[in-house]
Amino acid sequence: MTAMRVLIETLSAFAVPLLIALVLIHGYKKGVKVYEVFVEGAAEGIKTSVRILPYLTAILMAIGIFRSSGAMDILMIILKTPAGLLGIPAEIMPLVLIRPLSGSGALGVVSEIFATYGPDSFVGRAAGTMMGSTETIFYTIAVYFGAVGIRDTRHVLPSAFVADLAGVVASVVVCRLIFG
Amino acid sequence: MINTVWLFLIVTGIVVAAVRGTMGDVSAGIMTGVSSSVELFLGLMGIMALWTGVMRVAEKSGLVEALSRGIRPVLGLLFPDIPKNHPAMGAVVMNMAANMLGLGNAATPIGINAIKELQKLNPRPARATNAMCTFLVLNTSSVQIIPATVIGLRAAAGSINPTEIIGTAFLATTISTLAGIVAVKTLQRLY
Repeated sequence: MTAMRVLIETLSAFAVPLLIALVLIHGYKKGVKVYEVFVEGAAEGIKTSVRILPYLTAILMAIGIFRSSGAMDILMIILKTPAGLLGIPAEIMPLVLIRPLSGSGALGVVSEIFATYGPDSFVGRAAGTMMGSTETIFYTIAVYFGAVGIRDTRHVLPSAFVADLAGVVASVVVCRLIFG
Repeated sequence: MINTVWLFLIVTGIVVAAVRGTMGDVSAGIMTGVSSSVELFLGLMGIMALWTGVMRVAEKSGLVEALSRGIRPVLGLLFPDIPKNHPAMGAVVMNMAANMLGLGNAATPIGINAIKELQKLNPRPARATNAMCTFLVLNTSSVQIIPATVIGLRAAAGSINPTEIIGTAFLATTISTLAGIVAVKTLQRLY
């Protein structure tokens, strides 16, 4: 497993710098004014993060209440057995529950997990992996089917849940194999 | 749905605090939660700016479109009901490419365009077609190559190596997408 680990870590380390360089070089060759266009796009990113801020505030406030009151501990005790059967650490369960419901909510929960357990702990890595490998189910379905007025959504929801559950379990298993 | 969950967290927390006598901790918890959201936002802003900047260059240079051409043959296998040169196929491909590159803001409008094209092929307008279901499941199962937002959050939380989850997330997302495809193709006969 160590060779696999080295490979994945090397790929991860190279991915970002290499991707930036390749995209910019390709753009430059195609005659894109890379600096101006980058700045233009970056401005868009700043707008997006400003848009996310109120959601983060709302969710972190709610989680702050839920956690500091001790309600979170009670919930984790309740969920420990079913989560354990699937090999999921109880600390990640809040993320597993909120991820399909709300993207911004999940952002809040995952940052809470990073703050509490550390982003480089097993729980932090698994939560980050899960966040990067699953999506908001209900919102996506509502937006797309809402756009064309589909009422009979057939097998979409069960299929999306299968994918979500597979992503959750795979995140934990993959992190356990790679990071130990 | 999110309204219920949000209110549930707040009300349950306050009720539990009243029973257990931890209301003082809850007051402190509110303040910590609110101020940490601003700290997070500051860490997130730089990373978001970086990636949207890079991706804008990729869009302008035609890289996104080139990638679209690359994944078109694969997507043809997943959507046998869409005629080969129908505009729906083009829109589905563009949406997938935008999702892979993490262009969430671009992916949604393109995706809505795609589902409108798919609706033109739908004989029963209020009922989802197989192609629509497959398209939706692909969109809900995340096919992102670089999860920029999480990397930003990890960096903001002081991770030594924020990008180390790219590899694991890619493996996990591949597994979840495959599971979603198997599920959607199996279940389509039953519904």
